[in-house]
Amino acid sequence: MSQDILALIKENVVQGRINKEDEGMDEGMEGTPAVMELVQQALTDGIDVQKIINEGLTSGMDIVGQKFEEKEYYIPDMLASAEAVGAAMEMLEPHLASSGVEPKGKILIATVKGDLHDIGKNIVSILLRGAGYLVKDLGNDIDDQTIVDAVKEEQPQFLGLSALLTSTMMHMKDIIKSLNDAGIRDNVKVIVGGAPVSEQFANDIGADGFGADGFQAVSIVQSLGS
Amino acid sequence: MPREGILVKNPITRLTNDQLQKIHDSSMRILSDPGLLSYNKQAADIFKSAGATVTEVEGGDHPSWHIQIPEKLVMDAIKKAPSTVKLGARNPDNALIMKGDESRVYFITGSETNIWMDVEIAPYVKKDDPSIEVQVSEFHPRRGMLMDLCKSAHVCEHLDTVDGYIRTVNIQDKDITEENKDVNKFFASLNNTTKHIMSGLTTLSQLDNVVKMAEMIAGGKDKLKENPLISFITCLVKSPLQFVDDTTDTFIEVCKRGLPLAVSSSPQAGTSAPIQEAGIMAQINAEVLAGITLGQLVNPGTPLLYGSVPVRARMDTLGDSYGAIETSQYNIDCVQMARFYNIPNYSTSGVCDAKIPGQQSTIERLFSDILVALSGPQYLHCAFGLLECNSIFCLTQAVLDDAHFAMLKFFLNQPEIAEADLAEIEKQIKEVVATPQKLFIRHLRPVMRSGKITPAYPFEGDGNSDNVMALAHKRMEELLATPVEYIDEATTEKIFKEIPGLLPRLNVYTKG
Repeated sequence: MSQDILALIKENVVQGRINKEDEGMDEGMEGTPAVMELVQQALTDGIDVQKIINEGLTSGMDIVGQKFEEKEYYIPDMLASAEAVGAAMEMLEPHLASSGVEPKGKILIATVKGDLHDIGKNIVSILLRGAGYLVKDLGNDIDDQTIVDAVKEEQPQFLGLSALLTSTMMHMKDIIKSLNDAGIRDNVKVIVGGAPVSEQFANDIGADGFGADGFQAVSIVQSLGS
Repeated sequence: MPREGILVKNPITRLTNDQLQKIHDSSMRILSDPGLLSYNKQAADIFKSAGATVTEVEGGDHPSWHIQIPEKLVMDAIKKAPSTVKLGARNPDNALIMKGDESRVYFITGSETNIWMDVEIAPYVKKDDPSIEVQVSEFHPRRGMLMDLCKSAHVCEHLDTVDGYIRTVNIQDKDITEENKDVNKFFASLNNTTKHIMSGLTTLSQLDNVVKMAEMIAGGKDKLKENPLISFITCLVKSPLQFVDDTTDTFIEVCKRGLPLAVSSSPQAGTSAPIQEAGIMAQINAEVLAGITLGQLVNPGTPLLYGSVPVRARMDTLGDSYGAIETSQYNIDCVQMARFYNIPNYSTSGVCDAKIPGQQSTIERLFSDILVALSGPQYLHCAFGLLECNSIFCLTQAVLDDAHFAMLKFFLNQPEIAEADLAEIEKQIKEVVATPQKLFIRHLRPVMRSGKITPAYPFEGDGNSDNVMALAHKRMEELLATPVEYIDEATTEKIFKEIPGLLPRLNVYTKG
């Protein structure tokens, strides 16, 4: 029975279906239980949270990654699956500690002051959640001090900063300086991204990582975290 | 079901109704005085019998006649010319239905070039840094051959945007003679594509053999009438205003057989026509109408296309400049003139001055392809694969052209704005704005694979590399490896038995 539900969770992750209203990829899935309903059912049935994550969510994302590599899936497919996993992880979050499951890491993410462009940042959030990280999204147009205060309070392992304008990207430098001034720079890895941001710029301002596009985010976080 | 082509709902125009009328009036005056000089006696006799003023020209190297055509004769012919012309095809689903008042555009290959250009993708290593290697296109022009024509028709069969086929290369094999060229070029084309075939004739003596071959493929004389899978093009008028002797004979004979025919004129503004737009338009219109009038006098109701290939002269060489912006302007004007008479139009776009595929070629061909196609000609000879003013054919370029015609076709899809859809979309917007990410990506997925999203440019390279030529070349090779539907074995055998001059290497059933 538990294997059936886990297989269905995996299948629905591959289909990128959050809830029963989603169409997914294949015909005739609309109206059938999707990731949210199935994870809830699994919890009700007392299935081990670690099993739900490993055998349902993660193994589903592995197949999605494979399909993406083989160009069968496009980025929107991957995002839909990641979004479904992210929603499931949110549902599982209260059960993680009691089940002895450690999240992969905590990430604070924001688009800097003066910048309202948040598509890239939102995509990164979805992908990181889908990869099993806890993501605290502060939103866009966030001033430097709010970000520094949030780092102090949330104590994340990673801080992701996004900017789409050459005029706003300089806030990234100011934020890193503020983290230094506050004495918490070494507690957090800072990753920067956005259209005008380059690896050279990331090095110049003292960031720890740089993502050329949102899809590098997961691998960068993984490499910095190891 | 005939091919769809592209329906241009709101064709672009350059000329106002008043300007169209003025050009028409000027053409009528030109046809009346000075009229045309005919080097063809049959044409002079036909016009004379119909009431035109025909005067034999004294002296000169060749016998010739002045033909002054009254407006009434022209207007009667325009009324008799069919407003709908069907160009059939070996596969009836590839038929083309052209209506003079409907701007449905069909994209056709051609014209005939002497030079075939092979493309070789070769690796080049940077001198300063041998670790850097790039793929560079090398172009090798050579004489066009019979099997090249087969390859070209084969690939065009598989190019989705190609609606019909005009032979792309002049066959210059050692065993091709003036006598056997027509049957071989028609058979090579017909056997390698199931789309419509249009061609000129090298010699009138082969017309009946070519028609007989087409009748065998269509299933008989009547079937060929119903499904004219071949048509002809003749430049019977040489600019300015001269009926050429041999092509006029060919024109008259094709008209007698009632097969579709493009009446083509190709004046060059600045040399064989006035440089002013009004001037070349009045002249080309007079030349095409003279041909249409002759055709309707020979065989009332014979299906004709208003064929226009105007071009501006290059100022440096006085050669044709198809890349000149004025050339596109003239073509759009001609499309309007044909529509003015409710006769399907044969127009030209995509011809470029560039000698090799690349940026110049792309810019020149796209500029005219987009504009002329949007003006809504029915038969658009759009120079698939042609370079250097129609003197070179490159199959890789034809594959590149197919990609941009696919874009153009997509662009002309009609907007879908329906109340029910809008209600659904409003619901979608409400849902998305309520989510933290505010992304519509989930709703994109069902549409993504529906064919309603334009695909990425098919020859896009990875990273910063420009692999367009290499990828297009690879695509061309894939298409060449895809089989085509040949004419069946029994018909092929019959054709080879009854039509003289066919070269054995064209018979796919007797090879190896």
